[in-house]
Formats: sequence, structure tokens, C-alpha cells
Amino acid sequence: MAPALSALLRREGQLALRRRGELLTPLCFFALVVGLFPLGIGPEAALLRTVAPGVLWVAALLASLLALPRLFESDHADGTLEHLLLAPQPLATLVAAKVAAHWLLCGLPLVLLAPLLGLQFGLPGDVLATLCASLLLGTPVLSLLGALAASLTLGTRGGSVLLALLMLPLCVPVLVFGAGAVQAQAQGQDPTAHLQLLGALQAAGWALAPWGSAAALRLSLD
Amino acid sequence: MSLQAHALGQDRGDRRLFDGLDFSLQPGEALWVRGTNGAGKTSLLRLLCGLSRPQRGEVRWEGRTLPEAGEAFRADLAWCGHGQGLKDDLGALDNLVAAAAIAGRPCSSEQALAALAAIGLGGALAYRPVRLLSQGQRKRAALARLFLADPPRLWVLDEPLSALDAASTVQLQAHLDAHLARGGLLVCTTHQPLALRSPRLRTLDLDGDDPAPWRPH
Repeated sequence: MAPALSALLRREGQLALRRRGELLTPLCFFALVVGLFPLGIGPEAALLRTVAPGVLWVAALLASLLALPRLFESDHADGTLEHLLLAPQPLATLVAAKVAAHWLLCGLPLVLLAPLLGLQFGLPGDVLATLCASLLLGTPVLSLLGALAASLTLGTRGGSVLLALLMLPLCVPVLVFGAGAVQAQAQGQDPTAHLQLLGALQAAGWALAPWGSAAALRLSLD
Repeated sequence: MSLQAHALGQDRGDRRLFDGLDFSLQPGEALWVRGTNGAGKTSLLRLLCGLSRPQRGEVRWEGRTLPEAGEAFRADLAWCGHGQGLKDDLGALDNLVAAAAIAGRPCSSEQALAALAAIGLGGALAYRPVRLLSQGQRKRAALARLFLADPPRLWVLDEPLSALDAASTVQLQAHLDAHLARGGLLVCTTHQPLALRSPRLRTLDLDGDDPAPWRPH
């Protein structure tokens, strides 16, 4: 099974390198949206620090949504999805590998960019560290939920709008605990509980979402 | 090792594509599915490789129905459909190496290059992004999986000859013959005449106007 998963990861990496523009789009979106808030709200440092956790998390959520419709769409169009379904490995593990690749290429850069953007809001070091930790735990959940939504909307017309409608309500817990962790740290409280809940969400996501996504993919190709 | 269909039936919308389809394919045998456009050839092939579930009847591999035969069946299967399963931005070589590993039969770059050379995509062509290749060359890049050493035993090929030039057509048919001679199984559709030397080539005509149950002859 390992050669198949590493081959899938390598292929996703090769494809991403051939289309660097698609990798940069979510990052630019994230930086732009976050950069607009201080301009819109005004240079009041205390207010900016208060809204920063929510702004950064909402922007990260929307940015990670941008790349999701493509997760299975090109595989569906060029027929590689059929070959994934017909591979001897369980489809759920292949889906999990695809989600992992998607997170490494789209989620991880957001996590790495976030502290830089947090500086604009005058967030202190410990809050930036919590921001990173919460995004590190939370963005994989967004990718997992996104894979589920993307496979459910595969092949439907207006799929990307439907995907957003399906996915955003499911993302509410991630957003609440993620922004909550940063908020707690900023107010001098202990963010551990929030982070642990995010970790639990991620564990549940890895256990459940690939199976659901695999079942939806089988149905959509039937 | 055999592929069997029992009372297989499928509708598309309110139109009956086929019904009561019975056949059994043994090692070394080939089934050539013929029919006009829209007769249900691709639908039948998708049923046979488990991409869709039959509305009536069942498909068995080594005596087990398809969903249960699962991983053992898929490890024995090579499928070439209309979607060729090629990534446009990658070369034929990268495509082949990745596809082979995902299909559970990892191969080295040397083996992949040899398979590509065998089907006329050697040298620089193996590295050129697939989107720059012609239709026939893309088809060959997709079919290169069948030219790897130790290919799967059951080949289900949807229109393998389309877009191929005369020389490649002859070469592919010789390769199919060799596969059958090794005891492989083959199900394929073509619009071109299929000139296999194998005496165990059976034909199945799917003709949408004929309501009677079809049997291979």
C-alpha cells in the first residue's frame, strides 16, 4: 500500500509544481483579505488586536475553501479518478492521501503565512504561537470536510457554490474553537482546552471523512 | 479464474440497454463487445470492472460477486476507458510510473521507459507533457500500462484501437494475442474490425433494437 500512497503524493506534488499559480491564489487571497481589515477598521491598535483572531481565522477558512473544488474535479475529468476507484487499495486510504497532499500544498502555507499577517494586528509572540498551533490543528479538518463536500458535489452544475453552502456550516466548530484558542491566549487565559478540542475534531475527521468521501465518489461515478 | 455475468441487465433512463446477459469468460478467452453508438457497450464494460453496479443480475470473478471480490479482483484488473487517466501536465513516463504504483504494481523508471519504447513513445516523447502529444500518442501513453512486465490478468479495454495508426493497431492486436496466449482474459469494444488470431475470440452484439436476451455466439 505504501508505494501507491507515496506515488499519489508525489504525483500531486509534481502537478502542483507545474501549476504554481494555483498554489499562490489562496495565499494571496488570505494576505489580501487580512490586509484589508486594518484599512477598513482604522488604525486603532486595541480594536485591531481584539478582532485579529476572528479575522485571521475567517480569512484562512475562506482561503482554504478556494482550492477545494479542484480537489477531485480534474481527476474526474481526465479519468484518473476511475483508476483510483479500481486500485486494489481501499479507496478511503487513497482519499486520505489526496487530502494530506492538499493540506501540505494549500493548508500548510496558510499556517506559515499567518504569523506574518498577525504582526499587522500587533499580536504579541505568545498569541502568534497559539494562532499557528490552532491553524496547524484546524486547517487539516477544513481539508477533510472539504474533501467530503467536494466528493458530494462532484459533477453537479454550480458545484463550487453548493460546496461552499455544504461546507461552511460544518466548519463552524473549527472556527469557534480555533478563533477561541487565540482569543483565550490574548486575554491571558489557557488555550489548551480549545486546542485539544481542535485536535479531537481532526482525529475524528481523519477517521470518518475519507470513508464518507470514498462512498460519495463511488456513487458519483456509478 | 473466470469472469461470469449472470442475467445482467441495465437501463439508461427508460430505455433498456441490455437484459438477461449471460456469459462466462475463461483464461485465454476474449470477449469482443460490438454495437452501435449508444448501444450500451461502455455501460457493460463499466459493470464488468465494478465501476457501476448492475441494476439486474450480477458479475462474478472467481465465483465471488463483484463487491465482495473487491481488492483481489481489482489487483487482477487493467481498465482503459474513455477518460484515459493521464495527467496533462506530466510526461508519459511520470504518468505511467504513478499509475502503475497506484494500481498496486510499482515499476522502476527503466521498466516504464521500456514499456513506453515498446509502444512507440521512447526517447524524448516519454518526457514531453502529455498535453503536447497527439490523440494517438496519448492513447498509446494510456495503453502503455499493458506493456509493463507482469500485467494484470483481466484486461477491460474500451475502444483501445481508436485514434491509433495502422502500425500501432497491428502491434496492439499482436500484444492482445500474446496476453491471451499467456492465459489472460480480455474484454474489449472496438468499432474497427478486431483481427485477433486467438481461436477463442467470442463476440457479443449489443443491438438496442433487439428485445430478446443476448448471448455471445
